[in-house]
Amino acid sequence: MEIIKTENLTFDYIRRDEDGNVEGITTAVDDVSLKVKPGEFIAILGHNGSGKSTLAKHINAILFPTEGTVFVDGMNTRDDEKIWEIRSTAGMVFQNPDNQIIGQVVEEDVGFGPENMGVPTKEIWERVEESLKAVGMYEFRKKSPNRLSGGQKQRVSIAGVLAMHPKCIVLDEPTAMLDPIGRREVIRAVTALNDVEKITVILITHNMDETIGANRIIVMDKGKIAMEGTPREIFSRVEELKALRLDVPQVTNCAHELRKRGLKIPEGILTDKELVEALKHVNFG
Amino acid sequence: MLRDITLGQYYPADSVIHRLDPRVKLFGTLVYLVTLFLTDNFIGYLLALLFLAVTVTVSKVPVSFILRGLKAVMVLLLFSVVLNLFMTKGEVVFSIWKISVTKEGIYIAAFMAIRILFLIMGSSIMTLTTTPNNLTDGLEKGLGFLKIFRVPVHEIAMMMSIALRFIPILMEETDKIMKAQMARGADFESKKLTKKVKALIPLLVPLFVSAFRRANDLATAMEARCYRGGKGRTKMKPLVYKKRDALAYLIIFGYLAAVILIKIYF
Amino acid sequence: MSILVNHLTYKYNPGTPMESVALNDVSFEIGDGEFIGLIGHTGSGKSTLVQHLNGILKPTEGSVYYNGRDVFDGDYDLKELRSHVGLVFQYPEHQLFESDVFKDVCFGPLNLGLSKKEAELRAYKALKLVGIEDDFFYQSPFDLSGGQKRRVAIAGVLAMEPDVLVLDEPTAGLDPRGRDDLLDSLKTVQAETGCTVVLVSHSMEDVARYADRILVMNNGTIVYDDKPVSVFRHYDKLKEMGLGVPEITGAMYRLRAAGFNVSTDVITVDDAVNEIMAAMGHA
Repeated sequence: MEIIKTENLTFDYIRRDEDGNVEGITTAVDDVSLKVKPGEFIAILGHNGSGKSTLAKHINAILFPTEGTVFVDGMNTRDDEKIWEIRSTAGMVFQNPDNQIIGQVVEEDVGFGPENMGVPTKEIWERVEESLKAVGMYEFRKKSPNRLSGGQKQRVSIAGVLAMHPKCIVLDEPTAMLDPIGRREVIRAVTALNDVEKITVILITHNMDETIGANRIIVMDKGKIAMEGTPREIFSRVEELKALRLDVPQVTNCAHELRKRGLKIPEGILTDKELVEALKHVNFG
Repeated sequence: MLRDITLGQYYPADSVIHRLDPRVKLFGTLVYLVTLFLTDNFIGYLLALLFLAVTVTVSKVPVSFILRGLKAVMVLLLFSVVLNLFMTKGEVVFSIWKISVTKEGIYIAAFMAIRILFLIMGSSIMTLTTTPNNLTDGLEKGLGFLKIFRVPVHEIAMMMSIALRFIPILMEETDKIMKAQMARGADFESKKLTKKVKALIPLLVPLFVSAFRRANDLATAMEARCYRGGKGRTKMKPLVYKKRDALAYLIIFGYLAAVILIKIYF
Repeated sequence: MSILVNHLTYKYNPGTPMESVALNDVSFEIGDGEFIGLIGHTGSGKSTLVQHLNGILKPTEGSVYYNGRDVFDGDYDLKELRSHVGLVFQYPEHQLFESDVFKDVCFGPLNLGLSKKEAELRAYKALKLVGIEDDFFYQSPFDLSGGQKRRVAIAGVLAMEPDVLVLDEPTAGLDPRGRDDLLDSLKTVQAETGCTVVLVSHSMEDVARYADRILVMNNGTIVYDDKPVSVFRHYDKLKEMGLGVPEITGAMYRLRAAGFNVSTDVITVDDAVNEIMAAMGHA
């Protein structure tokens, strides 16, 4: 069974003027059907305003579809009785590291979710310990979040979600406000969760290089799914990506241009290592 | 200036005082404040000083850190000292022009200064050794009986703890916005009141916008982590009295008794 | 010569146990009309440094000269300096406060004591330069998209018509489209006004693409100050600092290590393609 399933999901933002009259309707998500299998690592790419964040908020039952349905581990997000179970099944990490940490001390923040779920005290401590260890933040457990770097704060947020023992984690542009070092830290932590703990990951981002490790990439544009496939499939379609004005990794772009100039190398080259191999092949083959 | 306020700040360290139940610390602080006002002689203040010194030493908070907190109240301190020094009637020690300093004035001013200093240091020690979360927990549980009167104790405690977490963030933000507007030629150093008030608008509007945005984000994040009020919530660090808390209560009562005895017999 | 930074040292909380050195004996010059990239990771001192250029922070030691005059000399008018050296902070959209876009952009010029008419003229020009259409002029800045807000905020500084425009990570948090549009409009601004641009960034690719000269900061000092190609020759050192080189330059190093006869002085994809084609042709 799918861990996440959306059927013809549509969501309209209704803008109202000061008197409450409808001024306009923006369809943020337009007829999206999506299936995610347990243990998958999905990356959702797209520009601001492409609907990717709105889609993500449906998975955590923060937003509810205008039309269509969303199932999380078989539970319909419209089912009021199940809302807390859905939120602990599909945890969510947001963009701004400062605006999602509630605790004054790292460990207290990580314990916040389990506290809300009514987990017994002794177990909360166990969960906090294992979660902080999983993201490599255990030695910071007594520190104030204000003293951490952006990447560290985001790892604490991830631990906070982990402590709720979710089956799936949705990360809504977790690296957008970080520097390259922070980005690497977060992506490494997320990849490890997927590899080691087998947690389903849905990573929303506009940095293409963060999606290379995913099982599947979904490109969104104007509320719709514009492209879908493995990273290699997606990165083979350089012209389409450029038309959507997404960032193609420089190496991929270079290989693509070389191919256009007549070199017989494959499409969808993701790393410099692959580029070297491909060029060697041209040389001697 | 804002950075100097240590009241309300937490100083992380591992000490018995840090580990005490916040209810004990709240009660202890209250008792200490009461004793400061009960005391009116030298021996009493000596005892209060001893009590404070022992607590500070045990708490492992550097004395310099506590003293820094005093800077913020220096004005208040000076004001009350000067007021008492010159306004108290009694045996004149010396006088300058029409103002005379009396023996009683010196006594009262000195006691007042000691009182304020001890008072600030005593309450700083509580906040410095108690995480705000712990403190609010203490208040929540200590004042739990108010729930009978429909006082939303949990909600108030949660709000307090969130406010405390965001104070440093918003302070940093204020600094940033101020600099950004200065880069656009805004003048925050003007002496004229009307100009001063006007200069606040480019500072306050963005600050409020940001505070609301943060509040909104935070509310979403809390809901996403299953927060739904105090009902059915468990605690990661539930407040349970330990042996050391009982001992601390004993010491506090012992101290209170000593102060009362000193007041009666000296 | 327009800005000269001379042995600048800045300490946070000097003389206290919490003293920390943010800048340590930094010296460099910025000439007229240059496009400079300032790179370094978080905490390297780059934000602290740029705040000295318009006199928001005062150096603990050393000095900053603007057109030959020491700006921290007591009688230098810092407000005037700020009209010559425009500084755009990180996430500048957080400084917007007026009820409409146009008024907000007028704030800077009005603070300079210009007439309302002159201020409005400048605001109009600035908004056009950053590519904001007339339709948005009378909207509340808070109703715009993230990228638009950022551009309005930049226009707010541009409207003061600075000779030097310093931007602290202007593309942070923007999507690739927003980032490219913004950087392109900076290039336009420079072409049309002839101003000097200092771009603070941690993206090697962006800096490689736009800057004529790069300053690399690490631990409060300037480690490299050179043309992009020359800076990126310090491949290993830059990696050690956690900065690296543009992805494509890294790929050229790898190709060379694998025995391909390519130059590693390549910082853009176009150059890389030409270089590889040439190497393959002669192979």
